[in-house]
Amino acid sequence: MILTNVSTVPGKTIVEHFGIVQGSTVRAKHVGRDLMAGLKNLVGGELKGYTELLQDAREEATQRMAEQAQQFGANAVVNIRFATSSVAQGAAELFAYGTAVRVE
Amino acid sequence: MDLLLDNLDLVMFLVLVCLGYTAGSWAEKKHYRSIEAREKELLSLAVVTAEGSFPKNNVAQAVLVTGSAVVSIDYFKRLLAILRNIFGGRVKSYESLVDRARREAILRMKTAAQEQGAGMIVNLRLETAAIGRNANQKKQIGSVEAIAYGTAIRFNRV
Repeated sequence: MILTNVSTVPGKTIVEHFGIVQGSTVRAKHVGRDLMAGLKNLVGGELKGYTELLQDAREEATQRMAEQAQQFGANAVVNIRFATSSVAQGAAELFAYGTAVRVE
Repeated sequence: MDLLLDNLDLVMFLVLVCLGYTAGSWAEKKHYRSIEAREKELLSLAVVTAEGSFPKNNVAQAVLVTGSAVVSIDYFKRLLAILRNIFGGRVKSYESLVDRARREAILRMKTAAQEQGAGMIVNLRLETAAIGRNANQKKQIGSVEAIAYGTAIRFNRV
């Protein structure tokens, strides 16, 4: 599966188009991480636990999107965008969407 | 001594402010130094926000690369921001926070692209997430989450 966030796949031609595909995941932070983050919050700096959480969530969303594209018979997703929304306190939704295409 | 014990709340508060100020500004300076050093190192890898078009036989591979960072603010700066909320205006203490998070995210993305042997990153996009809560609320974790993503292009060797 080729993933790009430009409107084509550089070096390849789009031969078929399958429409929008998307994947999302909602993640909440857990208490342990929150406690550490709270301590770290006094002195400032990077919150590694949250960075990891964010990374996992983003990968999961991308993978779900790729799976959906695969079901359509696509071999690439172009024009991918990431977006976030907070659905509940302390939880965040990360979603990825793009256009499923077949390239040659 | 009695005075100290009587005003334990106030003492705790002052200790936290001092700790936040010293540790916070030390960490920030250190982070900025490391960001600047790595930015210089990765300068040869061009990043553009435009899509660009490439001759067909020139591109070997195109991959999505991402990078993210969550940076939190220290106690002292949060206090400054709360005071700023009363009068309004430019909240300088948060500007550096957002700046650090974005630059760190871009750097991580560039590192990921370099590992893939990319020659260029096109169509850079920046996104802000909200896993922690808003940066400006009391008794909550004040942090900024930045995501940077783009398409890394690996060129054919000529």
